Amino acid sequence: MGPLQLAQDIGSKWIYWPWVGDHLDEIRTRLAEHITLTFWAVLLGFLIAFPLALLAVRYRRLYPPVIGVTGVLYTIPSIALFVFLIPWTGLSRTTALVPLVAYTLLILIRNIVAGLDGVPPEVREAAQGMGYRPLRQLFSVELPLALPAIVAGIRIATVTTIGLITVTALIGQGGLGQFMIDGFQRDFRTPLTVGIILSVALAVVADLLLVGAQRLVSPWARAERRRS
Amino acid sequence: MGFLGDVVNWFGDGSHWSGNDGVIHRLTEHVQISVVSIVAAALIALPIGFLIGHVRKGGIATVNISNIGRALPSFALLILMVQIFGLGEPSGVFSFIGSFPTFVVLVAIAIPPMLTNTYIGMVGVDPEVREAARGMGMSGRQLLRGVEAPIALPLVWAGIRTGAIAVVATATLAAYTGWGGLGRFIIDGLSTQDYVQVFAGALLVALLAIVFEFGLAGLQHLTVSRGLRVRARPGGRVEDAVPEVAPTPAVPARPTG
Repeated sequence: MGPLQLAQDIGSKWIYWPWVGDHLDEIRTRLAEHITLTFWAVLLGFLIAFPLALLAVRYRRLYPPVIGVTGVLYTIPSIALFVFLIPWTGLSRTTALVPLVAYTLLILIRNIVAGLDGVPPEVREAAQGMGYRPLRQLFSVELPLALPAIVAGIRIATVTTIGLITVTALIGQGGLGQFMIDGFQRDFRTPLTVGIILSVALAVVADLLLVGAQRLVSPWARAERRRS
Repeated sequence: MGFLGDVVNWFGDGSHWSGNDGVIHRLTEHVQISVVSIVAAALIALPIGFLIGHVRKGGIATVNISNIGRALPSFALLILMVQIFGLGEPSGVFSFIGSFPTFVVLVAIAIPPMLTNTYIGMVGVDPEVREAARGMGMSGRQLLRGVEAPIALPLVWAGIRTGAIAVVATATLAAYTGWGGLGRFIIDGLSTQDYVQVFAGALLVALLAIVFEFGLAGLQHLTVSRGLRVRARPGGRVEDAVPEVAPTPAVPARPTG
């Protein structure tokens, strides 16, 4: 068997373990990159979406334009949104982060608003009757009740962002997507497999962690489930 | 003249519009493979959705299978399909498909939102309405065609629109795996660092996506009975629900294209 034949054999294997062993450091780095970018995108998205959602609940007229604008952003294909900022911010992390944040907005705003809308009016009246001021009512009554919907939004935003970050590899901010590009360009399937499996695994783990976090911060829901 | 001026000049240059690498040809390719894939996906997803929604069985499996798709990036799927099928461009009667691996991926990503939304729309039909129709002597088929399907239609359209956005976006990514379409301007521009062309391509893609969205919203408006109309605007869709959290009108995971 000649060396060329050997290279082709290794290239066509879906997983070639020696490569994985040799690249553990790179895998760790890419994974960390992917997680960092996801974390900042969802966090910044939430910090923008939360006040916008509160405003939209308070002043109903704001809701249609807010949803309209974020909806149009959401419609634009990711690769287009990822390259819009290149002329100004180059192939930098900012260029990738701004569109990622933009995509989370529609999901987060809709879920926060839906969650707050779902608070029964009787509960709100009871809180008012007990003399709660608006801010305290929001934080200690309405937001806890809206939590499942809000967390659902964060979960969808997170899983979506993890998937989108593979595309950012095209502007040099790839995280695990870089492995997919490497594998494709060199006709070598192992990095491709590693990239896909790790990004799917990351999405599943992040989703489960968020479900766990929700359970931790809302012990009353657990108690209710036990009672019923 | 600044960068945006260069972009304007790019569009003003006639040579960028004509020929095999021109805007017109790339736009035609993009629209063609998108429409073919959306129609193919609808022909597969809607009948199945109507049927399982009518008999009210197999729904949880459907929704779960759709949800698994959320985690798998369409970019990864695209590269995977090219690895499996090669860069085949069908000839003869099937040449309208354009690129086989791309077509398979586009259909695959459009089916889940269409199927889930159709199913959820059908299940949402008020049982009393179904009973009333039965009481009037309607057969199962009459019930499905005359009552359930029209009531489910707004959600069916929501599914078609979500799927269509994903298709247009992912067709752009297909340029990376060697196929044509508007993504060519972006991918080629990135590799030659011609950011004017990249920006122009991105503008075209964004506009096309918005045109698809509003075009389908218009079709929805025309076909949905007036009493059932929900306001049709981007983002104003009633989307496929996440099963774990029933009360939330959740937005689907963004198609990762």
